[in-house]
Amino acid sequence: MSTTEEKSSENKVVEFDVRTDEMLVNMGPQHPSTHGVLRLVLRTDGEVVSEVTPHLGYLHRCAEKIGENLTPRQWIPYTDRMDYLAGMSMNLGWSLCVEKLMNLHVPEKARHLRVIIAEMQRIASHLVGMGAYGLDLGSFSPFLYAFRERERILDLFEEACGARLTYSYLTVGGATADLPTGWLQKCEAFLDQFLPVIDEYHALLTTNSIFIKRCAGIGVMSAEMATSYGCSGPVLRGSGVDLDLRRDGEEWYTNMYDGYAFEVIVEKDGHYPNDHVYPGVPPEAVLGDCWHRFYVRMLEVRQAIDLVRQAIDRYSAATDSYGEPVKLNEKLPKGEAYLETEAPRGQMGFYVVSDGSAIPYRARARSSCFCNLSVTSELCRNTLIADIPAIVGSLDIVMGEIDR
Amino acid sequence: MGQQDLVSRLQETFGNSIGAVQLESIDPWIEVSADGLPEVCRYLRDQPDLKFDYLSCISGVDYFEPDPKKAVKLDGSPRLEVVYHLWSVAHKTSLVLKVILPRWKDDQEGVLPEVPSVADIWRTADWHEREVYDLSGVHFRGHPDLRRILCPEDWLGHPLRKDYEMPLEYHGIRCR
Repeated sequence: MSTTEEKSSENKVVEFDVRTDEMLVNMGPQHPSTHGVLRLVLRTDGEVVSEVTPHLGYLHRCAEKIGENLTPRQWIPYTDRMDYLAGMSMNLGWSLCVEKLMNLHVPEKARHLRVIIAEMQRIASHLVGMGAYGLDLGSFSPFLYAFRERERILDLFEEACGARLTYSYLTVGGATADLPTGWLQKCEAFLDQFLPVIDEYHALLTTNSIFIKRCAGIGVMSAEMATSYGCSGPVLRGSGVDLDLRRDGEEWYTNMYDGYAFEVIVEKDGHYPNDHVYPGVPPEAVLGDCWHRFYVRMLEVRQAIDLVRQAIDRYSAATDSYGEPVKLNEKLPKGEAYLETEAPRGQMGFYVVSDGSAIPYRARARSSCFCNLSVTSELCRNTLIADIPAIVGSLDIVMGEIDR
Repeated sequence: MGQQDLVSRLQETFGNSIGAVQLESIDPWIEVSADGLPEVCRYLRDQPDLKFDYLSCISGVDYFEPDPKKAVKLDGSPRLEVVYHLWSVAHKTSLVLKVILPRWKDDQEGVLPEVPSVADIWRTADWHEREVYDLSGVHFRGHPDLRRILCPEDWLGHPLRKDYEMPLEYHGIRCR
């Protein structure tokens, strides 16, 4: 008895005697939990991080310069490689922007086809976001379940356009091809099977007490800060800002969702729309923390399922064409247009300037992750090293889009 | 508030800081002089009925064509435009501001043109300005930390300038 007491008192002395020095730690560019080639330089003192400096550009391909040398349709494959987890949404953003410049309205059927594809892409993208976030926080199995389901979406996309990751499917004028026969039935079968599975994810992560301890109350961002930093998507809505471009955006984009019924996923009086189906907000969570950002994503998966179901009905009812793409070297009218769309990770903006030829004079991509990532230094100040993966992971970044 | 009313209000308040106005284009834009930019931006952000509290994007566009035959297409002399796309979360309206600069400060080749930074008005401008500096070559006066962001720190030149030439090699790596 006395020996253990002696030991524990010795330990205390040792603990007390540990001195820490300030040092710089490189996290990345090959660190698994930075989601790609992001390098964070941490100024640490023991476990406490006093400063975080992100370094980017490891994946920079100057896509915008390439865009000045290709016609808009030729640049579509390059947009795939921006947010490579949501290639369809990138294709859609650029196509809509060029269509805005050309004042080209796509047929009714193409509009609904785009909603089906864009929302399916949102599910696939959020599944990776969810699975990888679990992985960051030390829970391996949700990742496998997420990829199992995502695989089926990729199979569907492969059937529609032949590619699994870099689709180039939605294009200026509509889409490169119509959906194959029987595709809608397969898609519905997938949704029917997928909807009950979401409960399992909530059981594995959302209500998991270890998960809640790792991310509730961590990385709290106020609504003002999120707006000032230009955050968007689930990162912005997780801070309680009621903004979703599918409802609030420019008419050129919201036209696509005309007549669709959906509610923007944002907290109001401690509740999210439709959250009665799922576990509510735990008492530990604070609005704007990592848990809320994660939860918004999870609810958006559910919302996307509803939207795809509505779109399937409308698509089957439409009688016109799926939207023939414009000519590869179609001349652009002189002028400029900027359009933002609600991609899974946030507001993806494209800006096109034309001098009247077929090739844009300037093609610009405004990346959502780029702005979302810029909050890192402020969110991570004076946190623990172990919280950095939790914070960076909750922003759900894709470096291909940040570095372009 | 209509675009025309907004323009007249800005012209009354800021006078000469407001330049050309183009309301007929797809996205109507207002030209602002470089020196008047921070004042105008602060006003646009803080007025409760305007409240442009969200800066979507800053882009640099270089208008330059070495071939005089093709230069006709550009309407106007060679210039560099810095384009600010603003958005109001509360009112769901957008606004485009343009600052038109000479390609080089005082026409001395190699000296970057200057614009005051708006990083203290919208925090997101910090990284956007670094990107425009890096790729289009605009110096943002008063920026807290103006370094390259996408290209390596020792990279030479600004790739989105129209007269940019890709270097032959970079640290022994062949580039072209």
